[in-house]
Amino acid sequence: MTTGTEKRKEKKVEYWKWPESRSTTPGIDWTKASIITCGIDVGSVSSQAVIMTDGKLFAYSSRRTGYNSPESARNALNWALEGTGMKPEDIHYTVGTGYGRVNVPFAQRAITEIACHARGANYLYGPSVRTILDVGGQDCKVIRCDERGKVETFLMNDKCAAGTGRGMEIIADLLSVPVQDIGRLSFEVDEEPPPVSSTCTIFAKAEATGLLESGWPLNRVLAAYCRAMAHRIGELILRAGVAKDFAMTGGMAKNEGVVKRLAKELNIDILPPSFDTQIAGAVGAALFAKVLAEKEQKK
Amino acid sequence: MITAGIDMGSATIKAVILKDGKVLAQNIIDTGREKEKLAKEALDGALKKAKLSLSDVEHIGVTGVGYKIIPFADKQVTVVGADAKGALYLFPSVRTVIDIGAEEGRAIKCTPDGRIVDFAINEKCAAGAGSFTESMSRAIELSVQEFAKVSLESTQSIPLNAQCAVFAESEVVGLIHAKTSKADIARAVHDGISARISAMARTVGLGKDVLLIGGMARNVGLVASLNKDLELEVMIPKEPEFIGAIGAALSAAE
Repeated sequence: MTTGTEKRKEKKVEYWKWPESRSTTPGIDWTKASIITCGIDVGSVSSQAVIMTDGKLFAYSSRRTGYNSPESARNALNWALEGTGMKPEDIHYTVGTGYGRVNVPFAQRAITEIACHARGANYLYGPSVRTILDVGGQDCKVIRCDERGKVETFLMNDKCAAGTGRGMEIIADLLSVPVQDIGRLSFEVDEEPPPVSSTCTIFAKAEATGLLESGWPLNRVLAAYCRAMAHRIGELILRAGVAKDFAMTGGMAKNEGVVKRLAKELNIDILPPSFDTQIAGAVGAALFAKVLAEKEQKK
Repeated sequence: MITAGIDMGSATIKAVILKDGKVLAQNIIDTGREKEKLAKEALDGALKKAKLSLSDVEHIGVTGVGYKIIPFADKQVTVVGADAKGALYLFPSVRTVIDIGAEEGRAIKCTPDGRIVDFAINEKCAAGAGSFTESMSRAIELSVQEFAKVSLESTQSIPLNAQCAVFAESEVVGLIHAKTSKADIARAVHDGISARISAMARTVGLGKDVLLIGGMARNVGLVASLNKDLELEVMIPKEPEFIGAIGAALSAAE
């Protein structure tokens, strides 16, 4: 028998969120660094803090965004600093980015996430990147940049949940599948099904329910949904135009179910990430912070 | 001549029985997975009300979502065609028909003889259809009917920033936390749907008489928003959800 409390706890399982993460780069003595900068990306679903020592990634954290943006920013920073011995006062310059960027009280500057993702992708993937697809919790952006990570053009969908992280969250919740498992499971099918036909996330959710009712196995429904998501995102990319190399940032980059199908649909290679793609915006912000801090030191 | 019309909606299935162009009976049931069986069920219900049996029916017309999969119908009619036919038969002065169902919104411009000049459909986005009010009424814990009515008591218009029904849900949660009245929230939702529908109606062209049909025509809140946006008073049939089925039955008679 389950008690009331247990039931409530059960209900609290949140399938739709990526697990939180933090990391410190080993072998860096931050006390010897001449310049320490910080980038904070307050997104709609998760917030990241990145600490850089002399322009090198030193530590980062990625946590959920709460209802209070300043607090989310501070929590992310504190977690990134945890165990490093570094204190917030040791940081010379902080740049905020993301939709909550103006709500980072300890940041000296706010820079748009488009500029930061381009800059961050340039650092993380290398200077060969020309097209960046950033799929976040509530929007989707295609950014074209030069070899220094400077934005040339961009296209954005922030009007419609289809083709954003939100669309994936809804299916994770509906089917009670943790979002990090969706990609793997979606390939465990006998054959690739046709994509879910609805554009609107609300209709797609109903369609997925219908497919399950009609006897489709869970993995097949996930495959159909991922394929539709890849198609939807692909339409935006085609409008922006693809230039090599192509890289992804944001949470969706971790969902191979969409990434692989997208690569297939557009017949492109997508650079494989060797880091948590959700930190790209904060990395870019920390890099901008370094430039700004150096400018200030020269004065 | 006795004919039947079936309209396979995304939320409900409607069936009507016509005798020489006069409505004898009509029936509406919720839709489900087994479309063919349910279409039959809706028709049987209408026949029962008309005290007739299937053998009395000369022709059956079908329209709506997936109208091509109903094997016992002998006439398949497009949704736009059925809407225009039914609307102009009952309201000859009408030149623009707006049909708002659970998952689709349509605007149709026709000539006096019922020819379709132009039409626009939104079937891609829930924010321009009835299911938007369903999810929003759930968010503020009202029945769909209460949600429609309370909208008229709104004292201020609050524009919803979100254009997407999924994002709007989060925004409405924010409005609830900000202690916005249920009336103002309901109106904001109706204004949002109305903005999309009226833009579509303007694209196809507004005639002097505009008829609003489909289940959403019963939503007084949405009607108020639409009248304001279109700067006119839309005409509404007494039973707005049956116009498509009537149109299908009329087409079957031809």
